[in-house]
Amino acid sequence: MAFGPFLLLAVMEGLVTSAVLALAAAGLSLVFGVMRVVNVAHGEFFMLGAVLAWVVAALVPGPPALAFVAALVIAPLLVGALAAAADALVLKRLNYDPEATIVATIGLLYMIQQATLSLYGPNANPVAAPFDWRIQLPWFGYSGYKLFVILAAVGVLLALWTFMNRTRAGLIMRATQVDRTTARSFGINVDRVYMGTFALGAGLAALAGVLIVPISQAHYLMGGDPLLLSFIVVIIGGLGSLRGTLIAALVIGLSDGVISMFFTPTLAKILATLLVAMVLVFRPQGLFGAKV
Amino acid sequence: MKVWTLHLGLIVVLFAAQFWLSPYHSTNLARIMVLAVFAMGYNLAFGYTGLLSLGHALFFAAGMYGAGLPAQLWGVTAGPALILGILAGGGMAAAVGLLALRTAGVSFMIVTLMFAQAGYLAILYFAAVTGGDEGFTLPAAARSIAGLDLSSDTPRFLAALTLFAVGLLVSLALVRSPFGRSMVAIRENEERSRMLGLNPFTVKLVALVLSGLYAGAAGAAYGILFGYAGASFATIQYSILPMLYVLLGGAGTILGPFLGAALMFALIEVASGVTSAYLFLVGAALVALVLFAPRGILGTIRERWAKWLP
Repeated sequence: MAFGPFLLLAVMEGLVTSAVLALAAAGLSLVFGVMRVVNVAHGEFFMLGAVLAWVVAALVPGPPALAFVAALVIAPLLVGALAAAADALVLKRLNYDPEATIVATIGLLYMIQQATLSLYGPNANPVAAPFDWRIQLPWFGYSGYKLFVILAAVGVLLALWTFMNRTRAGLIMRATQVDRTTARSFGINVDRVYMGTFALGAGLAALAGVLIVPISQAHYLMGGDPLLLSFIVVIIGGLGSLRGTLIAALVIGLSDGVISMFFTPTLAKILATLLVAMVLVFRPQGLFGAKV
Repeated sequence: MKVWTLHLGLIVVLFAAQFWLSPYHSTNLARIMVLAVFAMGYNLAFGYTGLLSLGHALFFAAGMYGAGLPAQLWGVTAGPALILGILAGGGMAAAVGLLALRTAGVSFMIVTLMFAQAGYLAILYFAAVTGGDEGFTLPAAARSIAGLDLSSDTPRFLAALTLFAVGLLVSLALVRSPFGRSMVAIRENEERSRMLGLNPFTVKLVALVLSGLYAGAAGAAYGILFGYAGASFATIQYSILPMLYVLLGGAGTILGPFLGAALMFALIEVASGVTSAYLFLVGAALVALVLFAPRGILGTIRERWAKWLP
């Protein structure tokens, strides 16, 4: 294959990675921005989304498309409900103290992971794609489902942007982000905003998990890599800035494929983690300079 | 006086324990004492200086490989290997501290986490030397000191106890020294201690290096006493464990790390008879501790009944 088509393929694969990553990282960024909570269990919400997609696909009869649509609705709702419960039972009672919530979400991570291992098992299970059109380009055929993932992620992110900037609920969330105390004195129920934000962030991760599962497989340890990548994206994009997060997701997703071509994945990960550490040490506002 | 009696008393009780414990349990107790040294080091940073690190596995692994690799490659014996391991732990903590201590709070946690993750991946990447995931067993020469074979029960127990006793008494002396007071001052109020003429960066760096020396000693001892070094000791889990021990036993108490390590060990021992998902228990314990007992067991006892507890 000539270089041009090869590059095109790499870019398309990169866009799929970016799309899923942007969804997961947007959730992490939202939670950090509004609540100032670093959710270490975020990757497990992603994993739960994928595993629930498999469960729904196994339970819903009929064509794969129907089961998939059902999973797209059910999985984020269930995961969102679980996150809301975690918020009410744990995070709220810690008063959202940043360090205590990190310890608590590490605890949640272990609990979710081990509960999944016990109930779902150690196997990786595939889920059928809702459709298997192939788009025949002059040089290679490309999975139509992967293009659908990109479009779906763009759609969800546009909806999220509209929600945050054009609706009353979004306005209330942004007000809480700017100043929790003032928001409360204006009659905003901050507790409910936090619970909703945490559920929304977890739901976005679960949605990303559902979208990825026909491409990769559902496995109880699959939350680790998205967590690390989401951290990288959120930190490089500037903690709590949604726009920076999206740009960073695009950059990381696209460069991920390219970097892996030149370095082994392990070396690429070493460099990425060191980069994140250095960015936090020397440029805590993020590489893109977006305001925190 | 009361304080020294209590701590020396514990060491005597532990020494006596080997005579009535079965070999299985005395091996476990040796393991607990080594892990308690790790947790005591973590406690110096977290409990006394307020540095919540998520990267102590890096220092533990530095000690383990700092002792294990020279033993494996050049046939270094146990004594020098232990010293090399301790220095590796301290050196790694100094390198991480110089960078990470420019940040605080949540950023410090993430930076230390990232460094530790990079360290873990580096062990995997250089698998040709480190053995990667599979690790390597230490040669017999590296497991004897002054003619004593550390792979047999009694010398191993005594070696672990010696390390534990030294660690315990040094940290007791440390926190009662002027430097220990300045560590606590910085934990309580960094700005105010700066006004008093302390340099918070230096104090925190020294505390972190001391903590790294402890972690390195524990890692090296673990490798030498139990004969194995592997990448699994560099995973995030080994950063979480000392935190869990310290939170359970009581952050900022001298005996807390040992108590937490022993209780958690016993809890997992009991639970693993029932279920294989013992990590669930670790998670639940973390959540329960931050929710209901942020001061841990000894922290609560000190607050209520025994103000004199160091």
